Amino acid sequence: MSTRRKPETVQVVKKRRDAALRALVDGVPYITFLGIQFDRRGDELTGILPYSDKLIGNPMLQALHGGATASFLEVTSIITLSWEHLWADLESGALAVDEMDATHLPRLPKTIDFTVDYLRSGLPRDAYARARINRSGRRYASVHVEAWQDNRSKLFAQATGHFLMPQSRD
Amino acid sequence: MSDKLRIAKQFISALPYSGALGMELQELDGGVSVIDMPYDERLVGDPRTGVLHGGAVSALMDTCCGAAVMSHPSNPGGTATIDLRIEYLRAAVPGQRITARAECYHVTRSVAFVRATARDEEDGSPVATATGSFTVEGKR
Repeated sequence: MSTRRKPETVQVVKKRRDAALRALVDGVPYITFLGIQFDRRGDELTGILPYSDKLIGNPMLQALHGGATASFLEVTSIITLSWEHLWADLESGALAVDEMDATHLPRLPKTIDFTVDYLRSGLPRDAYARARINRSGRRYASVHVEAWQDNRSKLFAQATGHFLMPQSRD
Repeated sequence: MSDKLRIAKQFISALPYSGALGMELQELDGGVSVIDMPYDERLVGDPRTGVLHGGAVSALMDTCCGAAVMSHPSNPGGTATIDLRIEYLRAAVPGQRITARAECYHVTRSVAFVRATARDEEDGSPVATATGSFTVEGKR
């Protein structure tokens, strides 16, 4: 009879995944500065940019600053890419979550280029973003990311970026 | 300092997000804009090295490109970013100020074309380059 490992309880699984995601996100000062949070459903992430007055570009128009929107899209891309990259090690136990702190974070992908398409002005309310990894190789990755506010089908911005993946040091 | 530059300086730092990042307009004339942003630990993207997040550089580039469009001799009444592409050439040196210079090199009735570079305090290659297209709202 094979000795199959008993499946982990849902609480154990969730605790580990949530702790890893929290360590990844909280370790980056600029993510905290923008107030970006991530909602996790299994391995799928949704970035959330809660509205704040400081995110406004032009106060006369009350529109989100293009730079805040670009930052939100880039952060969502990097975290999604990093999350996908770490997932296997996280699930196998190769990555020890309790040792992840600001100085022992996994290396993050580096942005090579990022192209933002501003489809409509960002309204003064919460924004959401989801990234899709179109290609993830050993060295390079290509990511597309979409952001919306009230309606999922009405994007206010989208972007495509290329990233250099962290290399293992051995 | 000319009145025009002083008013423009106030305008840029009064934009909430640009103000939050500490951006300061240094030059603005004839479709060329120079804006700098001090190093700030809150804007770090890589906690291991202290390198600024690309998004913060992107916000600086966007602001600088928009300002360049507004200062173009064709006098646009307003502008908004249609598209902005950034290339990150190298990591900015931690602790150093980033200075962006944008040039609006062509304007049609509806579209303005801009390119920009961002440098830290090192000589040599820039930290990032950008190209963008912007809307041209009603002429003043």
